Amino acid sequence: MAAPTQTAPRPGRTLAILLAVIVALGVWTFWPGQSHTPKLGLDLEGGTQVILTPVSSTGAAITDDQLNQTVEIIRQRVDGFGVAEADVATQGSGSNATILVSIPGVTNQAVLDALSTTAKLDFRPVLLEDYGPLQATASPTPSASGSASTSASAKPSATATASASSTASASSTASSTASSTASGNGAAVTGGLRPNAGTASPTPSASASASTSASPGISATPRPAQTTNAAGITSQGGLPPIQSSKNDAALQAEFTKLDCAKTGALIGGPVDPQKYLVTCSKDGAYKYLLDKAAVQGTEISSASAGLATGGAGWQVNLSFTSTGAQQFADVTLALSKNTTPQNQFGIVLDGLVESSPYVKEQILGGNAEITGSFTADEAKALANVLNYGSLPVSLQVSSVEQVSPTLGSDQLHAGLIAGALGLLLVVIYLLIYYRALGLVAFASLLVAAFITYEVFVILGRQLGLALSLAGVAGAIVAIGITADSFVVYFERIRDEIREGRSLRAAGDAGWIRARRTILAADFVSFLAAIVLYFLSVGNVRGFAFTLGLTTIVDVVVAFLFTRPLVSLLMRTKFFQSGSHWTGISPDRLGVKAEIVPVAVGHAKES
Amino acid sequence: MSGARTLAHRLYSGEVSYDFVGKRRRWYAISGVILLLALVGLFGRGLNLGIEFKGGSAFTIPNTTASVEQVRASVEKAGVQDPIVTQVGRSTITVQTPALTPDQSVQVTKQIETDTGVKQGDIAVQLVGPSWGSEVTKRAAQGLVVFLILVVIFLSAYFEWRLAVAAVVALIHDLVITIGIYALSGFEVTPATVIGVLTILGFSLYDTVVVFDKVRENTRAITSGNRATYSEAANLALNQTLVRSINTSIVALLPVTAILVIGVGLLGAGTLKDLALALFIGTAAGTYSSIFIATPVACQLEERRPEMKALAARVAARRAGGDGRGKSAKKSAGGATTATAVLDAVAADEAAADDVTPDTLKAPGVTSTGPRQQPRGNQARSKRKKK
Repeated sequence: MAAPTQTAPRPGRTLAILLAVIVALGVWTFWPGQSHTPKLGLDLEGGTQVILTPVSSTGAAITDDQLNQTVEIIRQRVDGFGVAEADVATQGSGSNATILVSIPGVTNQAVLDALSTTAKLDFRPVLLEDYGPLQATASPTPSASGSASTSASAKPSATATASASSTASASSTASSTASSTASGNGAAVTGGLRPNAGTASPTPSASASASTSASPGISATPRPAQTTNAAGITSQGGLPPIQSSKNDAALQAEFTKLDCAKTGALIGGPVDPQKYLVTCSKDGAYKYLLDKAAVQGTEISSASAGLATGGAGWQVNLSFTSTGAQQFADVTLALSKNTTPQNQFGIVLDGLVESSPYVKEQILGGNAEITGSFTADEAKALANVLNYGSLPVSLQVSSVEQVSPTLGSDQLHAGLIAGALGLLLVVIYLLIYYRALGLVAFASLLVAAFITYEVFVILGRQLGLALSLAGVAGAIVAIGITADSFVVYFERIRDEIREGRSLRAAGDAGWIRARRTILAADFVSFLAAIVLYFLSVGNVRGFAFTLGLTTIVDVVVAFLFTRPLVSLLMRTKFFQSGSHWTGISPDRLGVKAEIVPVAVGHAKES
Repeated sequence: MSGARTLAHRLYSGEVSYDFVGKRRRWYAISGVILLLALVGLFGRGLNLGIEFKGGSAFTIPNTTASVEQVRASVEKAGVQDPIVTQVGRSTITVQTPALTPDQSVQVTKQIETDTGVKQGDIAVQLVGPSWGSEVTKRAAQGLVVFLILVVIFLSAYFEWRLAVAAVVALIHDLVITIGIYALSGFEVTPATVIGVLTILGFSLYDTVVVFDKVRENTRAITSGNRATYSEAANLALNQTLVRSINTSIVALLPVTAILVIGVGLLGAGTLKDLALALFIGTAAGTYSSIFIATPVACQLEERRPEMKALAARVAARRAGGDGRGKSAKKSAGGATTATAVLDAVAADEAAADDVTPDTLKAPGVTSTGPRQQPRGNQARSKRKKK
């Protein structure tokens, strides 16, 4: 019989390899200066989890780009509140997607309200522009950000907040290369808007005048914290977006007062297109006083990033609906006659200025390019913003779950106690039933638990994977699944001994058969975990992930630990003695010692 | 303990054999009644859906000494009528209300905090929009369908389609029973319950795969002999894996029980309890179905194959003809027949499995009864005769 040589010729070496892996993971896990415990989910740590379902305003399918842009807007809002470690993630894609916002700690209501409002995009002529943070040295710079030509003025390097948000600075960094005179802090937001080569013939649109005023008036739900003062100025505790129906001294005073470096200044929020707007650029580097909306984002028919027609780098191509084209022609005509900064318009998304390109001349025909030496990514980011504006995604709050830190730690304790109890019960059962082999199972479970712990710590640190209560439950349930593999193996060994094999032969032959069963059964479990993971929402994911992970750990432990260990033990005198404490003594299994003729049994007829 | 081992051994050798497959009508009838009850419960009473499915708001007040009445009073003071207030566990009170606006929920929270002296921020709040539940259900249903398709594909490749179908029948059986028990008992269905039910998928199949693996082993070369029918060989596999099935189920149920006990005892309600309860019911049903449903259904499907019909005919003919072994078998009851036949099947399989390339050995392996099996077979039979 060839069985003993078929598998695990060197059990000691296999064990050594596993030990090396565990130690390596252990070093990584317990490296000084890092967290040595898994990252905890909100239901264990306390915090708020909000699940938002994006709904397209027109009923059209939501594209992934739009989804990403929506997430970007939410992230901006959450970050704007200064919430540490908030996490915004999407699950699923397209129309099926949900957005999961996790905010640790105790959350204030304003954050929750800010999450669900629909972000809109519009184009507004710039009336005033200045640096975002209040200048200690009242810098007389008129408007450095206007066009490349005016940016010769040296910028105080104190405005280094420009790079606060990496995505927001997409267009600003682009323009810093455009305006070669600008100093290195890359704050100037420019972009030449030139007529498209092919748009020489103005598109006559008879219906334009009729529908011009049709689109505005969609008033977003006001944020509860929004206040209106005596001068008719609405704001959120003095923070942008600050709006008024009159562009008067009071509003200009608000503009002067505005400090974009203040916490909460960059939250954004819905704005009324019929009112003047005082707000910050998305990165907080600049602040603006903007006119009423000239063109609404919904009038954009498409936007795309493309290689610049006339020069280096990338540009954004933009086209409008017929209504939008007319409105855009009107506003560009007006702007082109102005000087900096009034020749710019702000592209306002969710109450914050994404970009403020200047206009050289009237743009007819509804096609435009925004240039400014963008990189591909920057152009794509701006195009995404514009596309999002054409079809705003509204968000439904599907679920809000607030867990207090006290309840969280209670749940964690309950989970840990349940885990300990579960492990204890399983080990007791295995020891009673399998005796010495039960010890092997116990050791295997400990190894599996240790590897799982290490992986959780590492994944929590590297990928931000958080362990939720459902995940803890999954890990406890996995104790059973893992132990099942050992039961299958041990029962197979017993089968082989009943067949009359020697201990060593039974350990090996039993493994060959058990291995197949374990792999098949674990594969099915793993399949369930994968399907659960990809087709589920919220907490189910944590559970599915744990289940999938522990299934893999189960296979690893069964193959690299249990199997070689049993192989080694079968050679020991103790197991060979056939003691009742081995759990596999032949006479206990009903095999009489005298009818275990190993040599004969191995003789094969064929 | 030794009694159990002896029993385990006798189950393995076929000395003791419960005719699971032959009495399938009985199991089908039992399952039929349970399934009927489950369906009646499901469509008659319906499920007690948690607020995640109906939409609504829930407040959990941990570590409180306040009474249910006190909490109800303060919720009503906050302007919310008819809240459902329940005491769960030792010191936790939950409040369920219809869907509230965030403002209302803040009012309720504050009112409870002032009235009961609970520390600020300790109250857990859950607000669920009405569409969320249908979304969760839709995803769960999608997941279920995708999983079933994948499982049929995998099991068809690993075993064959008849066994895959039988496994899935058993799986659906478990799911329906679990859902039915939820309907009949009125346990609340939460997303955690859905997770639990979906996890049953993997659990239920684990057992079935273990049993089917042995069934396949016992029936691998069965058609080239005339010793046992497919059903008899499968029944032996069931008996041989009985101890294993029971052990894996107990081992799987122990941690689930721990979660259930701790979840209810320490937290009163919530994710842990919901998850563990669904798993507990599902795993128990899964153990039952892998023995009493999956294998009998698989046998029925297999016995319809022409070659299995032919085999059954050959076996019957051999037993009627009465060669040496058949005679002794004929004297005893049906169970003994199975045992004898089965030992041969095992021997055949063993011969196949011993070799590195089993296929080449199939033909000789089937007819050979190794020297080592022979005495044991005789011994087993002689024991029976003594009785």
